[in-house]
Amino acid sequence: MAVLPILTYPNARLQRKADPVSVFDDELHHFIDDLTETMYAGPGGVGIAAPQVDRAQRIVVVDVRPKLGDDCHGLMVLINPELAAWEGMAVGREGCMSVPDFTGNVIRAERIRVQAQDVLGRERSYECEGFEARAVQHEMDHLDGLLFLDRLVSRKVDLFRRKNYRK
Amino acid sequence: MSQALLTVIGEDRPGIVAAVTQALFTADCSIGDASMMRLGGYFTIMQIIEYPRDLGSVEMALDPAIKRLNLRVHLDPVSSVAPTADMPNTRVTVYGADHPGIVAGVTGALAAIGFNVIDLESESTGSPERPLYVMVIQGYAPEGTESVRKVVAPLREKEGVEIGVHPIESAVF
Repeated sequence: MAVLPILTYPNARLQRKADPVSVFDDELHHFIDDLTETMYAGPGGVGIAAPQVDRAQRIVVVDVRPKLGDDCHGLMVLINPELAAWEGMAVGREGCMSVPDFTGNVIRAERIRVQAQDVLGRERSYECEGFEARAVQHEMDHLDGLLFLDRLVSRKVDLFRRKNYRK
Repeated sequence: MSQALLTVIGEDRPGIVAAVTQALFTADCSIGDASMMRLGGYFTIMQIIEYPRDLGSVEMALDPAIKRLNLRVHLDPVSSVAPTADMPNTRVTVYGADHPGIVAGVTGALAAIGFNVIDLESESTGSPERPLYVMVIQGYAPEGTESVRKVVAPLREKEGVEIGVHPIESAVF
């Protein structure tokens, strides 16, 4: 296992669209082990996407246990993930290992259902909410070359969104 | 490079930001943190600038824009102070029938627990007969969001306003 170097903005390779994974072999296993170790070694330590370590493939790893304890799915390896459903909206402040020192407000869905393949290529489905849903959405954006900087909203938007969407 | 805080005020109209920033650019200044917004019928700019020579040359560069757009400008040399690391951890939203003392009451209570206001935005709105005041404060509460909830709770009744206290979770992914 190894901790891989993280690309940081403005590296243009962060803005590439990643390719689907089609080969589920030992090499992929090893890469996902390294990717997971790199995630745990990072400042946030709760999520990472393959393009952040310069591999343009649709692979995301999320583990929000450092934040939520056991009240979550634990380690999720999401290969070729798709958002199958979402609802609700919430504003939260995000930062990113690939954008050091800056945080900003971003609107994300509150609850999502994500379909993906696991490391052996088996179809999986996860329902996530709150912080875990935010982490998954943030990492999935990397697969389309998007950073949270592409989704920044102002504080004023925050205020009025909250008014509209809170029950 | 030296630093200054530039303040600009003028009746709101299109082109103020463009004129001011273009002038700064031609004077070889660079812009740091900035807040630019409309307050009442006025447009206001407060920003940190870095300038290479003397403030006189910055003023000279701004002069045509000042005259053309009828702006009031103020330049304060400031020493380079590193921004404090405190990230906002609490958002306080206040709204209610407008009356004197809301801001003083709320911020007084916050100051008592060492709450550091990082930004505050407010708006007087509603009809003249029924003025409404809305305020959003983001800041750092050293003892956490719950301490804020406790200290502002009595103000709901005292000031007759609704006060929401929300944690701001900054997450690095």
